[in-house]
This record gives sequence, structure tokens and C-alpha cells, in this order.
Amino acid sequence: MSSSSPIIVKGLNHWFGRDEARKQVIFDVSLEIARGSLTVMMGPSGSGKTTVLTLMGCLRDVQEGSVRLLAQELFGANESRMVALRRRIGVIFQAHNLHESLSAIQNVRMGLEVHGRGNIVQQDQAAAHMLKLMGLGERINYLPSKLSGGQKQRVAVARALVHNPEIIFADEPTAALDKESGVTVVKMLKKLGQNRGTTTVMITHDNRILELADRIITLEEGAIVKDEMV
Amino acid sequence: MSALYARLLGRMPIGWLQLVHNKGRFAAALAGVAFANILVFVQLGVLGALTTSTVQPYSIFKGDIMISSADSNTLSDGGNVARHYLLRALSVPGVTGGTPVFIGKVDWQVNERRSTVLQALALPTDAVEFITPHLRSQFLRLALPDTALIDRGTRGGTPELFDAISPTTPVIYEFNNRRVTFIGTMQIGAAFSSDGNVLMSDQSFLDFFANRSSTAPNRLLLSVADGASAARTVNLLRQILPVDTLHIRSLADTMAADTRYQTTERPVGVIFGLGTFVGILVGLVIVYQVLSTDVADHLKEYATFKAMGYGQPFFLGIIFEEALILAVLGFIPGALVSTGIYQLLVAKSGLAINMTVARAIVVFLGTLAACSISGAVATRRLAHADPADLF
Ligand SMILES: Nc1ncnc2c1ncn2[C@@H]1O[C@H](COP(=O)(O)OP(=O)(O)O)[C@@H](O)[C@H]1O
Ligand SMILES: [Mg+2]
Repeated sequence: MSSSSPIIVKGLNHWFGRDEARKQVIFDVSLEIARGSLTVMMGPSGSGKTTVLTLMGCLRDVQEGSVRLLAQELFGANESRMVALRRRIGVIFQAHNLHESLSAIQNVRMGLEVHGRGNIVQQDQAAAHMLKLMGLGERINYLPSKLSGGQKQRVAVARALVHNPEIIFADEPTAALDKESGVTVVKMLKKLGQNRGTTTVMITHDNRILELADRIITLEEGAIVKDEMV
Repeated sequence: MSALYARLLGRMPIGWLQLVHNKGRFAAALAGVAFANILVFVQLGVLGALTTSTVQPYSIFKGDIMISSADSNTLSDGGNVARHYLLRALSVPGVTGGTPVFIGKVDWQVNERRSTVLQALALPTDAVEFITPHLRSQFLRLALPDTALIDRGTRGGTPELFDAISPTTPVIYEFNNRRVTFIGTMQIGAAFSSDGNVLMSDQSFLDFFANRSSTAPNRLLLSVADGASAARTVNLLRQILPVDTLHIRSLADTMAADTRYQTTERPVGVIFGLGTFVGILVGLVIVYQVLSTDVADHLKEYATFKAMGYGQPFFLGIIFEEALILAVLGFIPGALVSTGIYQLLVAKSGLAINMTVARAIVVFLGTLAACSISGAVATRRLAHADPADLF
């Protein structure tokens, strides 16, 4: 692999809590992820998967070690660099976190407005297109309260993908999705990797998704115990 | 409408959408802002009327310097001023003339049901140049004994009653059990301390007030030569008259001091001044409550927006958008209801309480400021919206 890899992690350590309660949860994690790949992180609950993902996704400050995301160092990065990098990635959370007062299409458009690119009409077209891909073409003007759990999660996926992010981080996104649409979404992500070079890092236990992965990293007690290409 | 607004904003109108999403809370917030506005408007209206009614009686005078006793705060209180000071004042360079002014309270029974207290103002009829020009011809007729001009703004009086009064159709009443003939009317207005005013000659005044003496008027009113400075003349007067027992001030300064006393030292002024403050506080608290609850209810969504790359200015924008909407939409009903309340108060009190453009603008700007302050405080909670806490 090369230094142009979108994610390069070296000697990452992380602690939670203060003083007496301070506890190390990530131990010397190093990894490099290739552009356009679909990487799955697995491991038992509490093994540190989410912590590593949030550190890579500019959602937590790096305490020790190095994370280079899209050729920029996150250790000691200021708020404005973090904000700029967040705009180049897409994050799919376990919970959908849709804004209750915004319709499906408005929620998706939020993923575009942050870039300020295109006018409202163009943004609406892109958002509607993305929702159609997610099988929600008929429901673009629904408020979240009028959508099922799986539908809301698909809106959240559309929101994370609509701005063509260079990297997608997903934390058990299929938990709220029914099996079928979960696989559909991951197949879409894989296709994005092949067509556009979008890199995906996903935490999941779903066997059918493991089959689609290019690489599977297993964590245990805050350290990488297995790293295999498939 | 929403689309046009979004275009103006250059982004999705999240603040607006958020407010209208929770209609009950939105309505409560608007009612709160309107209520605070009404409180402030009513207080300011009364304070304004206090100021207006304080200075209104001075409008019958035409003069430059007023001398009153040192213990007087308003036109209607304080001791007398010895008339002989007038002679001394006239010897001061720049002083071109002077007159004593008599002031007292008379009871007037308007009809069987209504009795009022009037402020009687009196000058010698040869001092006509100290009367405001438009009243001069009427004032000269007051040389007839026991005649007076009655204030059309007197509480309890009706337009028909005042319209019936003219030099050719005088109307006879009683002041202090003595016949008085109204031979004309003037417009001054009711106040907090009197129901209206009446203007007469010093001779008539002394008839009604048997215990008063022509040598001890309540005020001395002086005029200065064209081009002479009232301030300089006041200084000269202070050198030859006893400043420990007399207030020697320009007429404008006297009015200003009277107003200041009424609005800051008398209970009415203090209570209503305090009320304005309470109204502003109520508005601040209500808007803060709504905005901070709104922020607290959407912390997860805001954290998600942060994770997507939205920065602090975006969040401030939403909160200020909400603050602005609450300010504007709350102000409109607030101002309308207040105008109605003003009309009610005018009908009931006879005080000059008017919705002025200047006051409306001041209250609106104040509402904007209060809402913005509340918004700024409410956004502090946004700092807690940490994207890492979403997992
Ligand atoms: N905000 C936090 N404060 C304190 N401890 C935390 C926090 N988040 C996670 N941890 C701890 O860090 C460890 C790793 O957690 P996490 O990364 O969420 O694991 P996983 O996602 O693999 O289940 C666990 O022991 C967990 O209890
Ligand atoms: Mg986890």
C-alpha cells in the first residue's frame, strides 16, 4: 500500500475517563486502508470498534498516535480542519438521527447544503435521486414520523451518500435495516467503491455482509487480533 | 411562502420548520412574546402619558425663565414666591418683562354625578404676552370678573358640554361655592394630579382663593430680550436673588426637572418604570425557555449535523432565525392588542396615551434585542452536542 491511502493509522492509543477512572480502551492500533475498498470491523461488544471508527471519522480528538485521513493529520488538528474533513466523509450511525421537522428529502439535502454547491433545485434533484436509489422515491416528502424504522435508516444512508463522500464510515447500519435492504445498501456501497473509488469502513456482524467485504479486521480488548483480506 | 423564505435565507429554513413542527409550543412562545410586548407597551404608554400630562399645562405659557420656590418639584406644589422679587429681576440686564403666576386647585361639579379637581392657572390680564399666542384673544376677555377658560380635556366633560361654551353663550358653574362663568375653552388635558385645567385672571383667582394674597404668587415668569441667552440671564438672576429659597431656571429646564421628578421619584413613575423592566424580563425568560428547550430536544440532530461538517455559525444561525421569527410574529399581535388597550385607557382615564411610531419602533427593537440575547444564551447548550456522544 502507499502513502496515498485514504486512512493510515499508526500507534493509536485511547483512554476514557479521568484521574482514577482513567482507563485505556485502545492499544497500539495501526492499520492502512486502501482506496475503494470495503473493510469490515468486527469483534465482541466493548472491544473498541466504535472508538476506533469515531477517531478515524473526525468525531473524537486523537489522544495519542497518528491518524492520517485523506492525507491530513488528525492528531492535534484544529476545529476548522476537522470541520473541513467531516464534509468529505459520510457517517452512518446506528440511530438514524433524522431531524423530526424536516421531510426525507430535506434531511438528505442537509448533506448537500453543508457544501453550498448547486442551487436548491439541483440539490433537490440529487436528493430525490438518492432517495429513489434507496427505494424511497414515493416517500420523499414524508416526515420521519411517517416512516418505518428501516425507511428512516435508508434516509440516513441517503443523507450520508448524497454528497459523494470520499470515505464512508458506518457503525452497525444494518441493525435497523431489514436483512434484504441491509444487503442492498452494502452492495451499493461496494459498487460506489468500484466506480468512484469510495472507501468504506463498516462495523457489522452480519454474515451476508462479511461475504461482500474486501478485508475483515477483528478487534479484541482494544487491539487488532486478526486482519485478513478476502 | 416557506420556499421564498428559504431562498431569502440561502439555506433550508430549519429554524422556521422546527418552530412550526411543534405548533403548541410555537403558539405558547408567540403568546409569551406578545404578552411581554403588551406589558412593556402599557407601562411605556402610562409613563408617556405621565410625561405628557406633566408638561401640557406649561403649554399655555410663553416665557423664558421661571422662578419657583426651592421646595417645589412640580407646577402644582411648593411654597409661594414673594412678588417683590419680580422688581429685582426686572433690573437684571436682558430681562424684558415678568409676571406673577398663581396656581391652585378648585373643585368643579361637572354634573350631579361627576365632581372633578381642576388646576387653576392665573395671570394678570395685562401680562397677555406671557400667554401662548393662540389663547391671547380669549385670555383678554378674562378681565371680566370671575370668568374662566375651561380645559376641553377635563375628565368627565363631554364635547357637547364644551361646544356649548362661547363668549356669547357663557355657562355658569361654581368653584369653591362661588359663581364662575366659563366664557371659552382651551385644550390642555387631564393629568395624574388633576382632572383638567382652568385659566383665569389673577383678580378672579384671588376672588376664589380668599386666603391667597396678590403679593405671594406661586411662580414668576420672565421674558428675556431677543437674542439674549436665557442661560446667561439665569446666572445673573442667581447672583442677585436668594438661590437657597428659589429655583431660578429656564422654562425648558423647569419642565424637564418636573418630568424627571414625576417619572423617577414619584411612586407612579417608579412603579411603571419597574413594570417596563419586568415586561422585558418576562419576554427574555419566555424566549430563552423556548429556544433552550428546542436546543435540548434536538441535541442528537445537532450533533449529527456537526458530524456532517456543519460549524458553529450554522447552529447560531438557526437559533437566531428562531429568535427573529418569535420577535417579529410576537410583536405584531402584541402591538395590536396594546393599541386596543391604549384606546381603552384613553376612554377611561382621559390621559394622552397614544401608540406612536417611535415607541413601536423602540419596543420592536427591544424585542429583537431581547430575543437575540435569549438566543445567544440558549446556544451555549449547543456546545454539549458532541458528535462522539452519538454512538
Ligand atoms: N464515552 C465513553 N466513556 C467511557 N468509556 C467508554 C465510552 N465509550 C466507550 N467506552 C468504553 O470503551 C470500550 C470500547 O467501547 P466501544 O468502542 O464502544 O466498543 P464496541 O463498539 O466495540 O462495542 C468499552 O469498554 C466501553 O465501555
Ligand atoms: Mg459499538
